[in-house]
Amino acid sequence: MSVELDVFVGNTTIMDEEVYQLWLDGYTVIDAVKVRREGGVLDECEANADVVLSDTMDQYRTFQMCERLLHSPPKLANQLLFQITPHRQTILIERYYAFDDAFVREVLGKKLSKGTKKDLDDISAKTTVTLKSCRRQFDNFKRVFKVVEELKGPLVENIRHHFLLSDKLAKDYAAIVFFANNRFETGKRKLQYLTFQDFAICAGQLINNWTVGAVGPDSFVDNMVEDMDVDLDKEFLQELKELKILITDKDLLDQHKSLVCTALRGKTKAFNEMEANFKNLSRGLVNIAAKLTNTKDVRDFFIDLVEKFIEPCRSDRWTAADMKLYLTHYTNSVHILDTFKHQVVWDRYMGVIKSCIFKMYHD
Amino acid sequence: MPGKLKAKIVAGRHLPVMDRASDLTDAFVEVKFGNTTFKTDVYPKSLNPQWNSEWFKFEVDDEDLQDEPLQITVLDHDTYSANDAIGKVYIDIDPLLCTEAASIISGWFPIYDTIHGIRGEINVLVKVELFNDLNRFRQSSCGVKFFCTTSIPRGYRAATVHGFLEELVVNEDPEYQWIDRIRTPRASNEARQRLISLMSGELQRKIGLKVLEMGGNAVVGYLQCFDLEGESGLVVRAIGTACSLEKLSSGSILNTHTHPNTAPASNACNSPSKDGKESPLAHGCRSTHNSPVHSACSAQRLSQNFSISVPTLIFTGMGSGGSAGKEAGPLKTLLRQQTQTALEQREFPFFTLTSFPPAFLLHVGGVVNARSVKLLDRIHNPDEPETRDAWWEEIRQEIKSHAKALGCHAVVGYSESTSICEEVCILSASGTAAILNPRYMREGCLDIGSTDHRFEEPSPPTCGFCHIPYDELNMPFPAQLTYCYHCRRQKVPDVLFTTIDLPAEAAVTGKGCLIQARLCRLKKKAQGEVNATAISNLLPFMEYELHTQLMNKLKLRSMNALFGLRIQISVGENMLLGLASATGVYLTALPAPGGIQIAGKTPGDPSNEQHLLTIQKRINEATAKNKELYQINPPELTEEGVGSPIPEPRQRSRLFRSHSESSDEISELDLSHGKKDAFVLEIDDTDAVEDIHSLLTDANPPRGFYSCNTETMPGIYNWTSGIQMFTSVRILRLNNTNLTNQGLNKIFTDLCENLLKSFYFKLRSMIPCCLCHLNFTVAVPEEELIQVAVTAVAMTFDKDQTQEKLAEKLIPKGGSDTDEQLQFPMELCADSSTINSQPSSKISGVPESTNISSRAASVDYGSFADRCSTWLELLRLKAHTIRRGSVKTSRRTQSLAHSVSSLEHSSPLPDGRSRSLRSSRSFGGSTVTVVKMTPLSFLPGTRIIKYLGIINMFFIRETTSLREEGGVSGFLHSFIAEVFAMVRAHVAALGGNAVVSYSMQDCVLMENPNKNQAQCLINVSGDAVICVRESDQDSLASTTTIGHSCSSTTDVTT
Repeated sequence: MSVELDVFVGNTTIMDEEVYQLWLDGYTVIDAVKVRREGGVLDECEANADVVLSDTMDQYRTFQMCERLLHSPPKLANQLLFQITPHRQTILIERYYAFDDAFVREVLGKKLSKGTKKDLDDISAKTTVTLKSCRRQFDNFKRVFKVVEELKGPLVENIRHHFLLSDKLAKDYAAIVFFANNRFETGKRKLQYLTFQDFAICAGQLINNWTVGAVGPDSFVDNMVEDMDVDLDKEFLQELKELKILITDKDLLDQHKSLVCTALRGKTKAFNEMEANFKNLSRGLVNIAAKLTNTKDVRDFFIDLVEKFIEPCRSDRWTAADMKLYLTHYTNSVHILDTFKHQVVWDRYMGVIKSCIFKMYHD
Repeated sequence: MPGKLKAKIVAGRHLPVMDRASDLTDAFVEVKFGNTTFKTDVYPKSLNPQWNSEWFKFEVDDEDLQDEPLQITVLDHDTYSANDAIGKVYIDIDPLLCTEAASIISGWFPIYDTIHGIRGEINVLVKVELFNDLNRFRQSSCGVKFFCTTSIPRGYRAATVHGFLEELVVNEDPEYQWIDRIRTPRASNEARQRLISLMSGELQRKIGLKVLEMGGNAVVGYLQCFDLEGESGLVVRAIGTACSLEKLSSGSILNTHTHPNTAPASNACNSPSKDGKESPLAHGCRSTHNSPVHSACSAQRLSQNFSISVPTLIFTGMGSGGSAGKEAGPLKTLLRQQTQTALEQREFPFFTLTSFPPAFLLHVGGVVNARSVKLLDRIHNPDEPETRDAWWEEIRQEIKSHAKALGCHAVVGYSESTSICEEVCILSASGTAAILNPRYMREGCLDIGSTDHRFEEPSPPTCGFCHIPYDELNMPFPAQLTYCYHCRRQKVPDVLFTTIDLPAEAAVTGKGCLIQARLCRLKKKAQGEVNATAISNLLPFMEYELHTQLMNKLKLRSMNALFGLRIQISVGENMLLGLASATGVYLTALPAPGGIQIAGKTPGDPSNEQHLLTIQKRINEATAKNKELYQINPPELTEEGVGSPIPEPRQRSRLFRSHSESSDEISELDLSHGKKDAFVLEIDDTDAVEDIHSLLTDANPPRGFYSCNTETMPGIYNWTSGIQMFTSVRILRLNNTNLTNQGLNKIFTDLCENLLKSFYFKLRSMIPCCLCHLNFTVAVPEEELIQVAVTAVAMTFDKDQTQEKLAEKLIPKGGSDTDEQLQFPMELCADSSTINSQPSSKISGVPESTNISSRAASVDYGSFADRCSTWLELLRLKAHTIRRGSVKTSRRTQSLAHSVSSLEHSSPLPDGRSRSLRSSRSFGGSTVTVVKMTPLSFLPGTRIIKYLGIINMFFIRETTSLREEGGVSGFLHSFIAEVFAMVRAHVAALGGNAVVSYSMQDCVLMENPNKNQAQCLINVSGDAVICVRESDQDSLASTTTIGHSCSSTTDVTT
């Protein structure tokens, strides 16, 4: 005797959030049943093993049928096959597009290509995220990337509208797309201590300040430029070269140092180290700026920040407050330098650098 | 030329990619009605084409309008080869033919292909202009309203209930025609779908004609079925109850109340009700009481009536004409219909209704049942379906004589069904013998003007229907009679079985529960007549055993009546399956049931005695537990204030064997004859032990759940608005070839029990909740396969607020719709508080005075004093509602803004389209209207403001890539989901937001896993309605429902 067929279809599609998560996490039906039983589901409603198995299979089938729609979430609201409450739809989409931080850290900044997809089993082994789940997450990244690639307008907005994601998740995807597009290096050992959220916030800063779209709607009459949020503003990168004067002009460098040191004196225990390292650190930051016209150096942006600035400070045992103090004065003092004519570019550059370093300066 | 049909193709969306090279589609649409076809332009290279076509006009007879569906085919244009079909939409225009139903069909329809399923959607507008046709020999019956609902539809009043309607049409099944060998599966499926659509249209038209002839204007309890007789052909048959309905709730209807004789005349639909006095049923009603009395309910009696009828060569004449007999001379058909209707109406005082207006049902006798085994033969002439007619005629006669035997002149809750296996067919009919109020019916015909007061009569005694209709001295079957425990004046039986719903005014103690008897019987494989004989020999035994099981299970639950009894016997090649489902209740008017007593055949054997004692103990425990679970506490009924229901001790001990009695007394009972009602279970062999075990293995629903197969659960009145309709299908394969009857029984019982357990588990988030209208359908699709399909609805209720029934029932009396409730809360409250004295009709106008009084009658459960507190409760509740309501509205507008903008961003489409999208549906940002579905005739917490017409759809789905679609389960899962989607889309396009009285009549699955193939046929029906919220009491209330009411009210006003 065997069950040949077993289906249950509700007019309003029944979805158990727990089972959905198990499905998303790539559990097989058998494993999912095990997890549910261990979770005590058998105690509910006098269920038995068969009932849980049957329910799990039904739900898995439903999710599989829905998956096609989840690939373009706006379809979910307009399709007729499943009657799902709007609230439920939001949950389905949000969860489907959610990702594991461990996984995203592995592919962040990598080309979302077939090559990377082949490495997914390694990533799966390393992160203990199931291969099925890795594939889903990777395909999500790729799908979002592909859709927004060809669109005009603000990146986060585009993602939100095409995938109906929450603000937070849309921003995370914007970061992923931005990293993938600019191929930022994030995998080096020195960068391992950084979490995805660190990078996401940095990406947000870069998108908001350094891209073509960042200049604001005034500069573009139609406000609709392709890749306006994905590509860095080339003009700006060119202008960054001008900042070099801050380290090449000896007077300017000394003046800058003395201004900063005056302001910092007595306010921090690390003053001596700051004073001693000023020129080195300043050179580091300005050199990063000057090199950003090279795609290669853009990729190394984060590793450079760590090597040229964060590591020296850390070895001098600056506290986060020290860092904040130093960078604030370092940035503001330049405004007093009369001979320095590139205040706007400087602010645009340092604004982002400051935020990034604040975010990245931790253990 | 009485009608002009106009159709406009607006747009498509989510079309499949038909051209692999471009990943796009060049779609165009063919619109076909009858023999006329129009085409739209090709909309090149798009998956979201904007045809925005002109209005295609078809000038047609209304007869065709009734029979034919509008056929819309979406194709992909191909310059070099044949155009590829993407899929089709069949639209039934019937709802547009009735002035009171829908006026336009407009919306997104799933494009359906029998091989690929749903492939995108198409937006269509359909209108009909009808011209008046005075031809009295007309063949059409436009304007007759159809309802699947088996009670008087809400918002209507039955002026007259005319009586039974039946009709069947037959044709050759296209799947079995020679041409099927050379055409594609798709073509074959489509031919079949189209034919069945035509046949059911024709059937409906013919039934409509009969209604007009009887002077009615509506069919209530319309039930249509298909018999797929394979080689022998295809039979579509329908039964229903002809009524003259009057609308209560629309403003203009005030007229009808004051001048009922003139008002209907102004309305084409109502006009025939004038000659209502000719209703043949009025005569039929008079013949009562004098009839000879004998058994009808017992299985023994039935056994005599099983007949095998070998088809003779009655079918003569020419071969089939192909298209459903329209070629037959109209006059001849008419004549036949005329004579038939006139005759049969006198012959069969049957009613497909299961619940009735107050005072309609006087007494209920019991269940009457008839089955007949027939051998199928090819239907030689579809235009002369007389053999099938004769078969049913025979069965109905049988039923009628059973009813007579019970001293009843009518049969209510009547239904018919078939089970076919190869060439053998079991025809079954069942109903409840009853005596109806003849005055009600006759007066309804003679004197419409002064009939309103009829409804204001005090509700009949809550026990009246239990009183025996038959002669006490000459009882049709052995039963113990006692004086009614309610009124103490009339005799009542000790148990009562019925196929109807529990009358609203009936007094019930405690709650009810689903009771099922399940049975498998093996039979030898055989052919032809031998097979039929074998089956018909088995049937009486099955009936008997099912009956015994039901009775035992009823006793075990300490209940004394069954409602909604449905006994299904399904035939397979090597077995018969029997499933009886009913809802058990404790009727206060009936005596308390005795317990179950175990008796052994061999007294004196100590080990056996011991064994018996253990079993007896278990049974007693189970009984006690059940009493508690279902709150069966008979002494409580004293509060009903009708005398002392407890008989004198002496009488009691004589009548009932309670479980505390000693076995000595039991041995006095003569078991050899008579006592079919099985108080005493005799253990004489292993079978009996098995039986008792199976009796005890039936699990009660888990805490928080109740279940029943009637409309609502006796004993639960405070429904909240959370509902979930579902369909579940399970098929078991019996791999073990040498199974015994016992083994099979166990498997079958487990299958049903596990299904129920699955439902409880799946719906656990809805607790406290009740599964209502649990409708089990069993089949033996192939040898070794058992299929069970269930459709039911889970409804939430409020456990604590027992007074809520009052509150809920009273709110609608304010006579306002949701909008008003939100805007004028105080007015409403003030309004409803004065309702007792004067049920006023508010702005929206619901002069439901008659309706209200009838409701009030049924409301009288709480004591009158409680009402004051209820008003307070109501006020509080309303205040709450309003607060919450406003919050919701704002939230909805938000989401609306959101989705609209997302729409604009997501689809790179011309502006015009998104605008047309939004304007086409008045509902929010999403273009999809939420459509609720329920097998019940109502939606809790809402009021039906308009019936839009009947939904009757037939679909075939086939696959040649079964594995790829997830096996049979995956295949059927998506097909059922697709069927739901298509039903919802049609309802939404009619402007509705719900389907009531939904049912799935057929679900026939054929699979061939080796060939990677499967095919499935599904037939569903229901009533499309617009409903608005009555109140906003539960937390589950979804924003969408408010959305509906908004959308639907605008729909109504515009």
